[in-house]
Amino acid sequence: MTQPGAPVSESRSSPTGVPSVPLIELNGLTVRFGNRDILRGLTASLRGRAIGLLGPNGAGKSTLINTLLGFYKPVGGSAKVFGQDIGTNLRNIRRLVGYMPENDAFVSKMNAVSFVRMMGELSGLPSRVALERAHEALFYVGLAEARYRQLGTYSLGMKQLAKLAQAIVHGPKLLILDEPTNGLDPSARQRMVRMVREIRDSREMRIVLCSHLLRDVEDTCDEVLILKGGQIAHYSDLDEERRSNKRFVELEIYGANGDFTAAIEKLGCECAVAANRMKMVLADGVETRDIFRIAAEQQVRIRRLNFRRDTLEDIFLKAMES
Amino acid sequence: MAVYRRNYRPYSGTQTREWSRFLVLFRYSRRNLFRSKVQTGFFVLCFFYPIACLVMIYLAHSASFLAKLGVPSQLISIDSMFFFRYMSVQGVLSFLMTAFAGPGLISPDLANGALPLYFCRPFSRVEYVLGKSSVLGILLSQITLIPGLILFTIQASFAGASWTWNNLWIAGSLVVASLICISILSLLAMALSAWVKWRIVAGALLLAVMFFGAGFAQAINAVMHTDSGHFVDVAYLMAAIWIGLFRVEAENSITAFPALIALLVYCCICLWLLMRKVRAFEVIR
Repeated sequence: MTQPGAPVSESRSSPTGVPSVPLIELNGLTVRFGNRDILRGLTASLRGRAIGLLGPNGAGKSTLINTLLGFYKPVGGSAKVFGQDIGTNLRNIRRLVGYMPENDAFVSKMNAVSFVRMMGELSGLPSRVALERAHEALFYVGLAEARYRQLGTYSLGMKQLAKLAQAIVHGPKLLILDEPTNGLDPSARQRMVRMVREIRDSREMRIVLCSHLLRDVEDTCDEVLILKGGQIAHYSDLDEERRSNKRFVELEIYGANGDFTAAIEKLGCECAVAANRMKMVLADGVETRDIFRIAAEQQVRIRRLNFRRDTLEDIFLKAMES
Repeated sequence: MAVYRRNYRPYSGTQTREWSRFLVLFRYSRRNLFRSKVQTGFFVLCFFYPIACLVMIYLAHSASFLAKLGVPSQLISIDSMFFFRYMSVQGVLSFLMTAFAGPGLISPDLANGALPLYFCRPFSRVEYVLGKSSVLGILLSQITLIPGLILFTIQASFAGASWTWNNLWIAGSLVVASLICISILSLLAMALSAWVKWRIVAGALLLAVMFFGAGFAQAINAVMHTDSGHFVDVAYLMAAIWIGLFRVEAENSITAFPALIALLVYCCICLWLLMRKVRAFEVIR
């Protein structure tokens, strides 16, 4: 027996709660299948507790995850997980990672306890410990009652939960979830998202969640990396976005003409007008009373004024348009 | 063990040694294998011939008992031909056992997409193949190698030191013949099961390789007026090596050495196929 062979301890958090050592560092990472570049020179440093990988189908999200796990060899650049290079320290990285793949993945003719126990043992848990933790993991994900049933008889939602159980049974430092809510009905999806949030909030594990569902990522992640065509389209710290009031204002206005918009833009605000609705980003130093003042001067009636923060959907759409 | 509370706790205890983790796969695969009653029944059946051989060895050394039965003692002779026959019978049974058990080892994992779950852990493809092949390896050695050596030991204990010393090479032949049989059958079964990903088809393919291989070899020989067709017949190649190893006189148009080279080539092809197919994800270029 050996002590858990992780020469890498999880990075310590700074006083602000953001871990000081990057979880994932990408440095010009390029992956090619045949003549097609799937990932093109990705460079980023991801530090969040829960990182969302977003992008349309074929953007390279799953390829990035599979490359980090060593399933694909990069043709250029490098990547590090917990500061360890995927080219040279793959085994160490795999010790620290729990992975829940996107597609159906189970061992046939096995019940959930045996399956999760075997996966625990393959990760290095002693047999009896693996059995105990398999029960715990299955209780944790909510499969306690069904844990002695054959995996082949499980519904899609239950199979997703069994995959989650096998990913956490050995107590990884990083949990990689590839489309965890794929094919789940709304209530099962909610349960899965709640569980991911719980895991994130427990601070025992850091999470990389890959999805094309914006709500899942918005509900669970504090950082988001948006991929498009194998390149980074946008990187955003959602917490920071949430904290920093981007000062989006929505107005419902009547009696406006072009002069009102021009006057607002003169203050340095960005505006977009559609019928009676106007969206704007307030410039620094501009307050809502300035808008009311201009409206009074221009004899424009403001029926409603809402502050609206940048949603992930806005960020995503902007990234896709860029 | 208290699992009534729904919570998660990290693990900070001891871990097993990395080199031993392929045995986890061996343990679980073997347990799965013997869930089938047919499989278990056939495994038991495989010991009938070794028991018959044991009785023959006993009778060969019981002249008075044979005399009572009126059987001439020269009728049963325990020599290299005896062990060659033993190896031939057990070889056929090993093949049938492999056709039962082999295809179920890898193809379900491939069909159910389980390979990423193995390889996202500190567990390599080599360890995976080693773990799976050890199931067949140990199973087949229980049918061929171990009973063969037990029979040789019993014969040696009856026949005395002189016989043992003069025939020690038979024990070596038993070991080499068994290892060749185990290696080629295991690799062939696993490679075919990895290639087709469907258990029943993989089993049928293995039977086809053995039976149609022989027919195909005959066809090649007949059409091309040559003996080279036998190189596609794995069973014939194994027999050629065993004839050489046990020094028996039997008709065979291929000698042991070219047959061994041919089997090594087959083993390499099987390994290449395994390494190509046993991956977390197949890259479609």
